Amino acid sequence: MKRREFLTLPRQALGGLLLYTLTGEPFRISAQQDGTVRVPLRFFTEAEARVISAACERIFPSDASGPGATEAAVVIYIDRQLAGPYGRDKYRYIKGPFVESYPEHGYQGKETPREIYRQGIRELGDGFASLPVEAQNQTLAAIEKGHFFQMLRMHTIEGMFADPMHGGNAGLIGWQLIGYPGPVMTYRAEIDKHYGVPYRPKPASLEQITGRKPVAWEDEKA
Amino acid sequence: MDNLKPVDVAIVGGGWTGLMMAKEITTRTGLTVAVLERGIPRKTSDYALDMDELDYAVRLRMMQNIAEETITHRHSLRDPAVPVRQYGSFLPGSGVGGAGEHWNGAAWRFLPSLFRLRTYLTEKQGATRLPENLAVQDWGVTYDELEPHYWRAEQMMGVSGKAGNLNGKIIDGGNPYEGPRRNEYPLPPLKKSHLSVLFEEGARKLGYHPHPAPAANLSETYKNPDGISRPGCAYCGYCERFGCMIGAKSQPSNTLLPVLQRRKNFELRTGCWVRRIVHKDGKAAGVQYIDAQGREMFQPASIVVLATFTLNNVRLLYLSKIGTPYDAAAGKGTLGKNLTHQVEGNTRVFFDKPLNAFMGTGGLAMRVSDFDGDHGLNGSEGLLRMGMIGVLSNGSRPIATFDAVPRGSAKANWGSEWKAAALKWRDRNATIALSGEHLSYRQNFMDLDPTYTDKFGDPLLRFTLDWTDHEHRQSEFAKEIAQKIAPAMGAVRAEPLGGRARYNVINYQSTHIQGGTVMGASPESSVVNRYQQHWDMQNLWVLGASCMPQNASHNPTLTILATTTWAADALIDRYLKHPGSVA
Repeated sequence: MKRREFLTLPRQALGGLLLYTLTGEPFRISAQQDGTVRVPLRFFTEAEARVISAACERIFPSDASGPGATEAAVVIYIDRQLAGPYGRDKYRYIKGPFVESYPEHGYQGKETPREIYRQGIRELGDGFASLPVEAQNQTLAAIEKGHFFQMLRMHTIEGMFADPMHGGNAGLIGWQLIGYPGPVMTYRAEIDKHYGVPYRPKPASLEQITGRKPVAWEDEKA
Repeated sequence: MDNLKPVDVAIVGGGWTGLMMAKEITTRTGLTVAVLERGIPRKTSDYALDMDELDYAVRLRMMQNIAEETITHRHSLRDPAVPVRQYGSFLPGSGVGGAGEHWNGAAWRFLPSLFRLRTYLTEKQGATRLPENLAVQDWGVTYDELEPHYWRAEQMMGVSGKAGNLNGKIIDGGNPYEGPRRNEYPLPPLKKSHLSVLFEEGARKLGYHPHPAPAANLSETYKNPDGISRPGCAYCGYCERFGCMIGAKSQPSNTLLPVLQRRKNFELRTGCWVRRIVHKDGKAAGVQYIDAQGREMFQPASIVVLATFTLNNVRLLYLSKIGTPYDAAAGKGTLGKNLTHQVEGNTRVFFDKPLNAFMGTGGLAMRVSDFDGDHGLNGSEGLLRMGMIGVLSNGSRPIATFDAVPRGSAKANWGSEWKAAALKWRDRNATIALSGEHLSYRQNFMDLDPTYTDKFGDPLLRFTLDWTDHEHRQSEFAKEIAQKIAPAMGAVRAEPLGGRARYNVINYQSTHIQGGTVMGASPESSVVNRYQQHWDMQNLWVLGASCMPQNASHNPTLTILATTTWAADALIDRYLKHPGSVA
């Protein structure tokens, strides 16, 4: 049996409460817990997870405009997606023959998202995570037109802004960043107010709003 | 194969049209009706936990599993077809209610001219000025004949809106270009979003006639003529690709199913995948299907109603060898012809103030119909038909809407520069969109693919479809209008999207796929007669958008409901008394 892989992350790096200075600069107050969390990985090895995590951080960096992919734990989101039915192409038409076609026909390849990631990680190289930022950016720029990068970029956005039940958007940091309130049940009293001014209720997850634990598709028993 | 006990009527597909027909038959007759739906059961309480963008709007949980069945596509007869491997330019739903569960709720009537478009264009342009490959036809049914049926559908759903033409009298604030209505809408329009107001004010400044779109999202609590009560919309923004958790968006599961569940002569079987309509001596004998346990079943029936989505209506007739396949090269035959989608033309507009666009509902749109049909065209545009232009406030969710940045704001579409721009503009952009008529052409059609198969080994449906110069011109004209409206509504930038590209199967356009079993006045030009009864098989009826000879600028749902009760009246009042052709 495969050895269980974990990704060890400093607890203070994840989620937290996002506040803004008077000049509108974002700053993050992290959870007041020291130490680390060991997140069990479902698909990646720890080394692979570090490569993907570093790449996601370049795509959606933590910087002057606010927190990024590391704080949102985007890599955990991607790991769970790849481990689940999506990663195995359970919801894609995968009968042959596989032929190249026009760009208007989209991805026609045989490789599953899992295989595309494994190949992409090999191309980035084991040492990617420890490269200087500029070198990481150059490496990614060289593959930015490719299918793997396009997928990674899309998954990074998903991991930033999907409900936390999917593993990313830790501490609702992504929704805090963009002022998205989450799946609020009613705006009937608000829809025709706040014209032209920001209306930003405090974000809440689907579980917090409904008081019930939703089951993510990737977590359902087949 | 197990032979089941015969039923009077077997209906294939448990969406809007199948359940509407089932309701009419089981309410007005004692006939036994079995609806065969290949997806899962659905009810309002299922939707309480579905407000998850990732699983429902990105991974598309409510759609047909494309791994089991898809279509193939080619641009022309000369090209090889390849499968659509992931959705996609349209999203066919699965489960009870079909796409009627995950739709937005736009509940339009079609323009009167659309039902007699061949005659209309010939009168207006002269037969010789119409393109040789134009395949538009008259439907055989007119707007005036369908008007009472539109009204039935509007009352059943509880459509919110504002009449613009009440018995010929033009009313300010409604759509002055719509066909005459005999009644005001059952409910007043929805509340207005900020975007709606900006568009309305901007369009009015230019002399256009903005009006709210009719919506099947209830503006207030509503009790329909069947006694079904539902609450007003909460504007939560989770309509398109979701089921409504409070039942405010009209769906088959919250309007038709509660009525049908009280009928003793109604039976709904889910997980049943119909593979063939069985027929003998020109008469349908029933349907053959694989049930939820994988058993092969034969359901004998006196009448078969084909009521699936456009794709499977056409495919099942091909697989069952019913009708004359269309031959595009020769221009002969009828089954599969006149495939249409919807014409788009989008302009992204940016504002310097936030829109709070996460609030909204599927049918919350503001439109101008000043260029709908051929209104406002002077002949210099090179256009036979245009469409509606407007904005939609159906709730912007964070994954789908993060990426809209003005051109030139970042060198790459990732990294710090891009992230800062995307954050800045995320809630400060919108799309002025065209929903344009798609004319039918001889070269756009459906048949069976010779190579690719579904999970049972049956051939997939093949699309041969591409845009023509006319659609590109429609799109470009809409973008010219949007360039005028944008500054009038206070936008700081307006960027036309897309160009003269070929049809693509990747980017979502709309789930409005029409044609293939078109209705009409003669068996030489249509698959079904004007009552949607099959010309070659009088106990077989075909419902839905597959019967439309060309597409309107308007969303098809209300019209497929109207044509269904129109067909139901003919079936119940005339066919049952004198089985034979009702045409």
